[in-house]
Amino acid sequence: MSHPTATAATKNGDLEFFVRGDHHAPNGTLLGFWLYLMSDCLIFAALFATYGVLSQSFAGGPTGADLFDLPLVAINTAFLLLSSITYGFALLQMQQNKLQGTLLWLALTGVLGTAFLSVELYEFYHLIHQGAGPQRSAFLTAFFALVGTHGLHVTIGVIWLVTLLLQLSKHGLTLTNRRRVFCLSMFWHFLDVIWIGVFTFVYLMGSMS
Amino acid sequence: MSDTFDLGKMIFGRLSLEAIPYHDPIIVATFAMVSIGGVALLVAVTRAKLWGYLWTEWFTSIDHKRIGVMYMILGIVMMLRGFADAIMMRIQQAIAFGDSMGYLPPDHYDQIFTAHGVIMIFFVAMPFVVGIMNYIVPLQIGARDVAFPFLNNFSFWMTASGAILVMMSLFVGEFAKSGWLAYPPLTGILQSPGVGVDYYIWALQIAGVGTLLSGVNFVVTIVKMRAPGMSMMKMPVFTWTALCTNVLIVAAFPVLTAVLAMLSMDRYLDTNFFTNDLGGNAMMYVNLIWIWGHPEVYILILPLFGVFSEIVATYSGKRLFGYSSMVYATVVITILSYLVWLHHFFTMGSGATVNSFFGITTMIISIPTGAKVFNWLFTMYRGRIKFDVPMLWTVGFMVTFVIGGMTGVLLAVPSADFVLHNSLFLIAHFHNVIIGGVVFGVFAAIAYWYPKVTGYKLDPFWGKMTFWFWIIGFYLAFMPLYVLGLMGVTRRMSHFDDPSLQIWFQIALVGAVLVGIGIICFLLQFYFSYRKRDQLRDETGDPWDGRTLEWSTTSPPPQYNFAFTPRVHDNDAWWQMKANGVKRPQDGFLPIHMPKNTAAGMVIAGISTVLGFTLIWHMWLPAALSLVALILATIVHTFNYDRDYHIPADEVARIETQASEVKA
Repeated sequence: MSHPTATAATKNGDLEFFVRGDHHAPNGTLLGFWLYLMSDCLIFAALFATYGVLSQSFAGGPTGADLFDLPLVAINTAFLLLSSITYGFALLQMQQNKLQGTLLWLALTGVLGTAFLSVELYEFYHLIHQGAGPQRSAFLTAFFALVGTHGLHVTIGVIWLVTLLLQLSKHGLTLTNRRRVFCLSMFWHFLDVIWIGVFTFVYLMGSMS
Repeated sequence: MSDTFDLGKMIFGRLSLEAIPYHDPIIVATFAMVSIGGVALLVAVTRAKLWGYLWTEWFTSIDHKRIGVMYMILGIVMMLRGFADAIMMRIQQAIAFGDSMGYLPPDHYDQIFTAHGVIMIFFVAMPFVVGIMNYIVPLQIGARDVAFPFLNNFSFWMTASGAILVMMSLFVGEFAKSGWLAYPPLTGILQSPGVGVDYYIWALQIAGVGTLLSGVNFVVTIVKMRAPGMSMMKMPVFTWTALCTNVLIVAAFPVLTAVLAMLSMDRYLDTNFFTNDLGGNAMMYVNLIWIWGHPEVYILILPLFGVFSEIVATYSGKRLFGYSSMVYATVVITILSYLVWLHHFFTMGSGATVNSFFGITTMIISIPTGAKVFNWLFTMYRGRIKFDVPMLWTVGFMVTFVIGGMTGVLLAVPSADFVLHNSLFLIAHFHNVIIGGVVFGVFAAIAYWYPKVTGYKLDPFWGKMTFWFWIIGFYLAFMPLYVLGLMGVTRRMSHFDDPSLQIWFQIALVGAVLVGIGIICFLLQFYFSYRKRDQLRDETGDPWDGRTLEWSTTSPPPQYNFAFTPRVHDNDAWWQMKANGVKRPQDGFLPIHMPKNTAAGMVIAGISTVLGFTLIWHMWLPAALSLVALILATIVHTFNYDRDYHIPADEVARIETQASEVKA
């Protein structure tokens, strides 16, 4: 419903002080979710700042250049970026009211997200196995915290995605479900943006040192 | 097998009977009192058959007014706990001189000052501020509820959950002994191996989720749900300050979440963020926590600036002086509050350049704040001032807060701060602004809006008693601390050697006792006002000749607030309506769309409490189970699509006619 203007007046020029019809405030879910994402962004900001402070505190242990396997991380980055594209296709399908197509692209997104998580877990396992766990040095603490927090977010995203697939197949493309698909879309792309920061500042710059 | 996997340890962790401090008579006596009181309350509620009513009308309510009242009750209960801590400290410091060691061992004393700070900020001031915003903001902007009513209920229960964990630490285990911001390496696992710091961490993390979500909720509410015609520069000043505060919450609390998560990783996973070895950096904690902590004090004070603005205008019978300068001052304070955090640790050694930058930004904040004070004074100038209780608090605030502000500017000079930091001068300064600003503001707000909430005014006699005991008690309790601080006495001491200092602490104790009497008067005020409610009743909904929209509806307002959404043309919307002789429409009611009550918030917050408790005690198995339960409960809640209903038009008509008949 459109917002009535401020200067509503009756015919004889008196000011109107009440909305006589049905008044619905506009829905604020997307704004609210966006605000939540910005607050989440500040959590990452704190983690990035911490990484910035501690990134050279190797405590005699391995450095980024010793540890990072760039080709593996590049593959992982590709998984995540592709998953953003597939999510975009899911949204396009939703706008054409195609439930099956939406479900399909969303499921593909979930598969790519899971692939990303699997590679990340493999990387973590590998690092810990060679004695470069988060306890080894402040640098590794900050590394695991930042990358791990991102991974935790992707995990939550995947759980949410599975939940949403169930809800979509149960209730179809209702208004509520469409809103939820949009919210998860913002969440998913947000995690992509964060990952680009992680890839650049942690992996690329860490490999150079 | 038992060496590698001990089931008992997985279930009970560090928890054993030893954790209950039954050897400490003070705690045992407190526990006895709390349990007798608690059991008496439970029995009374059961006998009055109130459980069903409390459950359906309050605990599961998503009505912002009910939630606001619950926040206020939480704040009052926790204030009693926080004040008990305060008076214990004052007694200890008044008697622990020379050979006398006082009655509190240092180990206990340290827990008390930590608990006092944590409780007063997180579980007294925050619930009060959020509670007032909850009740008033939707009414002031002509909305029927907040943007996310369920989240609002959930936020309250998360805050309550944090408060429950802090209260549990009194009787099961211990609380942190580290001071209210828990600096490492003291709070690292090596120096604080016990559960105290873990209670601190999880109480704040859980309550922090609630605060953050309510911040998001209110920003969206204010941005999206204003009545038609209420442009940003026509919003009441209280709503403006609430908007700025909630922007600050959204922008500051994530940093607290992050830094506490890092501290808990250091404690639980043996990582090295803030450790002394392996490259950790403890000063990073201090930086991060104050990046949250400084905005936090503005989160607390800004809404009360709004409260004073409303009160000054109402009781002077005038439009607020300098509305737009008030708005700009609020916004400038909001921004500047992010640029001053380093003044909390000038002595860290950042060098003269950095210290001067932060010293200057700190001093600049006094300019918009000073502008506000002058705006209030000019509003009063040539006004027809009525010295009702809210106005007394406002005048008391202006005098007290200006003194506190000036000692703040003094502390903002880095060279002076090198002498005064960590001294009782600092303690006096921030109690001067927090009590003189936030506490006085909360009492003013309660006196001002109480008739809106209940339909009858508070008894002014007990209100005035509260005011005079508080203000005299405050000056007696804290002015001596300025003197002591200038003499170089540091904070957080449980014993002193120099007998010449004792008289100042004794004066401070007298002040604290007077404040205690003030609190008793405050509680009696509710009782006596309830007894005299028929005499004090207000049928008009507008007992003070108010100016903003909350006074245009009945007292207490119906659950939908406004049968017809108001249309706004002026800053003082209700004042203009009255000037135009506007009456509420009596016909043409339509069905009203409302959200349904739900128990989901309480359930999820309850599981969070269990999760927090099990993590504190390293009870890994129950912790894992409650984490799974938490995730499942959240998912189950999202499968509930049946969240709203309509109040039928004839029901609205019935409520509205009833309200008009009472008035006639």
